[in-house]
Amino acid sequence: MSTALKPRLLSNGAEWTFDLIDTYDRAIREIAVGEFGLDCYPNQIEVIASEQMLDAYASLGLPIGYPHWSFGKEFIRNEHMYRKGMRGLAYEIVINSNPCIAYLMEENTMAMQALVVAHACYGHNSFFKGNYLFRQWTDADAIIDYMVFARKYIMQCEQRYGEEAVEAVLDSCHALMSHGVDRYHHPAPLSVEAELQRQRERESHAWKQFDEIWRTVPRKSSEGDRRRREPDFPAEPQENLLYFIEKHSPRLEPWQSEIVRIVRKMAQYFYPQGLTKVMNEGWATFWHYTLLHRLFDKGLVDSGFMLEILSSHTNVIAQRGYAQRGYSGINPYALGFAMFTDLRRVCESPTEEDRQWFPDIAGGDWRKVLDFAMRNYKDESFIGQFLSPRLMREFRMFGIADDENEEALVVEAIHNEDGYRRLRRLLASQYNRDNLVPDIQVVRYERRGDRSLTLRHRQHRGRPLDESASEVLKHLQRLWGFTVRLVTVDDAGKELSTRELKGA
Amino acid sequence: MSIIIDRRLNDRNKNAVNRQRFLRRYKEQIKRSVDDMVARRSITDMEQGGEVNIPARDISEPTFHHGQGGSHETVYTGNDRFAEGDRIARPPSGGGDGGGEGQGDAEDDFVFSLSREEFMNLFFDDLELPDLERNVLGDVRQFKMRRAGYTPSGVPANLSIPRSLRNATARRIAVGASARRELDEVEAALAEAPTPELEARAEELRARLARIPFLDEFDLRFRHRVREPMPVARAAMFCLMDVSASMTEDKKDLAKRFFTLLYLFLTRKYEHVDLIFIRHTDNAQEVDEETFFYGTQSGGTVVLSALKLMQEIVAERYDPTSWNLYGAQASDGDAFGADPEKSRSYLEEQLLPSLRYFAYVEVPDEPEHLGSLAHAYARIDSPKFAMKSVTARGEIYPVLRDLFSTEAA
Repeated sequence: MSTALKPRLLSNGAEWTFDLIDTYDRAIREIAVGEFGLDCYPNQIEVIASEQMLDAYASLGLPIGYPHWSFGKEFIRNEHMYRKGMRGLAYEIVINSNPCIAYLMEENTMAMQALVVAHACYGHNSFFKGNYLFRQWTDADAIIDYMVFARKYIMQCEQRYGEEAVEAVLDSCHALMSHGVDRYHHPAPLSVEAELQRQRERESHAWKQFDEIWRTVPRKSSEGDRRRREPDFPAEPQENLLYFIEKHSPRLEPWQSEIVRIVRKMAQYFYPQGLTKVMNEGWATFWHYTLLHRLFDKGLVDSGFMLEILSSHTNVIAQRGYAQRGYSGINPYALGFAMFTDLRRVCESPTEEDRQWFPDIAGGDWRKVLDFAMRNYKDESFIGQFLSPRLMREFRMFGIADDENEEALVVEAIHNEDGYRRLRRLLASQYNRDNLVPDIQVVRYERRGDRSLTLRHRQHRGRPLDESASEVLKHLQRLWGFTVRLVTVDDAGKELSTRELKGA
Repeated sequence: MSIIIDRRLNDRNKNAVNRQRFLRRYKEQIKRSVDDMVARRSITDMEQGGEVNIPARDISEPTFHHGQGGSHETVYTGNDRFAEGDRIARPPSGGGDGGGEGQGDAEDDFVFSLSREEFMNLFFDDLELPDLERNVLGDVRQFKMRRAGYTPSGVPANLSIPRSLRNATARRIAVGASARRELDEVEAALAEAPTPELEARAEELRARLARIPFLDEFDLRFRHRVREPMPVARAAMFCLMDVSASMTEDKKDLAKRFFTLLYLFLTRKYEHVDLIFIRHTDNAQEVDEETFFYGTQSGGTVVLSALKLMQEIVAERYDPTSWNLYGAQASDGDAFGADPEKSRSYLEEQLLPSLRYFAYVEVPDEPEHLGSLAHAYARIDSPKFAMKSVTARGEIYPVLRDLFSTEAA
């Protein structure tokens, strides 16, 4: 049989050429778009050398970035690990842009290039285009242009104000980057006209409600009232620290505010990636696996090709147990791939247990179910919704509670009948951003007084801030220019401690 | 469909600038590490790059994040023994992330490699050659030509045509201005009412304008070049070492380190450096490097013989006016009889005037004990002379820094 198939093979041997990449890309596209209906941005495949891959690492995967020492540090670290052989390079980097840019390394064999094309150019690509978080928060059409602007702007600032001044601002912004994202869309600001209209309506409403009798009720001391007339600013606590600084810092020069804005935009751009690590990688891995198997089924590649793909695939989705050497938490590739594969299984050949746990989707059309999941979930909700008991058993998951008041650690739940739901909830909350990033918000800006800024850190289940918080506070103070204060409160809102940094 | 682009030929060093900034920012820490490293290193790989450790906190980028404490749950994989409700003793490190399952978050030192160039730069940073300045101003025998504007006289080969023509144009405009103005007036008058006088006047003016030469001799400009003194870009380094029986392998090793560092340092400052090795017991020989460091010979000690040989070689092969001469001597300091005193006076009076610098490094048996040679040398009073005592490997580099640090020079 194999002799009959041979003439149809796309290629022989490990060497790749540009023509071959194109051939494979067409074949994979035919399957991905034609047969499975994946919706992708156009692809731009770029072949690069390993040094360039290191470069791309350091600049967070973006093809262009502004100069900053921290990227140099990242570069040096990666280079060192790579040279020492402690770490291989990723086979690919893919950028959420339109067209979707994917980097292929020249050292890869043809089989690996095909794997990368399937993984990045059709897997990640369709995820970027479909997932609601990416649709909501990133603008794939504009990101490259924006980075070009950012780089140019920052380099101009360096010329005008000196590298050190720019570096200081960037350092401070980077320290606050994780608190520089919007998680909800703000309503568009009202126009002056609409604002006036609203005020008039409110007045007339108050006027209609006017009742002489209320004037006879004695007021509280008017003295205190007058002082309180200046309302707290901001009216609502603000969680986007960088945004607040950009708009309200009393000390920042316009160019400094623009730099804050640039860093904030970058943080926002990367925000969805942090929330969808498991899904994104799982989706891409699932599709490279599915697409390449389909290539094999169609007789376009031989078993040598598949063996190479599979050995690499198995490495990627390896999940070690807690007691094994080299355990470093749950591998997002492994969990994501397993979940999407399991979802397909639940649709195609559901067991009794699946029918009980997933009555809506058991026995359904797997492509629709997977597409729906990809579009409308993030890691937290995806796991909370779709992690099946079967997977928990396969991964042999168990949850451990660590309470500082307890002497010992307690096994909270394991993969048994009692534990499934709790375990699933625990794992899902592990991917909840609120559990990872401390809740710190701006609560007060003393506009008429000493211009001090007060932040409130609400402890999450008694978890304190790390020591480095005082360093971050220094950065915040540098941006703000006046006194900054960080008040820590517990879950109930009781004040626990205050750190203060006096302004100059 | 998909676009495939070959980017392999693009710039591969996008991060060079970021890397430089990182190095600059952490120069202090890096320098301390380099000092450490030099103390540990063997000479053969001194010229390679190196690995530098910086404590992680020095290059941290702080963010707000959760510290230890409070309560939280973590899900692990690979359960092989636990049932719900089991209690596990906390790992000894206290409040770890869970059952001690290899979650070691200990901050490792930040390690990276320096290229040879970066390494050497940091290695010899803020060291300067003494007397380099005199080199430029003083007894200089080499010159180079440098452009220095334009001059009204010169050889035809240096004629600057654009300059000359520009001058000519300016002159023609200036000299002919009054005539041309008058000619304009006359022609205007002629157009209204032609008279023979006006006719003649116009003719005369035209002739005058035509007589202005297109190019005059004083329009000419020549490119000017000046001779500029250039420092001699080559050096000769004399290594003098006592190889008498009292110099053990250890002491030779120290001496070698010193010579190597000095050599590396000189190669950075001069395009070309000649090495001359002179070893001596009671008589001196010029030998090659191998024999110098590893050859065995024993006998007494007569330092003067080495200095004399050095002087002979200088006279024969290295004219002090066209070579920068450096001397480096290593000895355990044992010298007998009148030898130390004679050596001192010979060095001070005969040799030093023609040298740029002479460094003497003593490798005594005991740190505090100075040999008789050092006692004698101590009386040399010259900015070109320096001596130090070294007993351990780690001291070599600081001593070199001492000898050549910018302030001292």
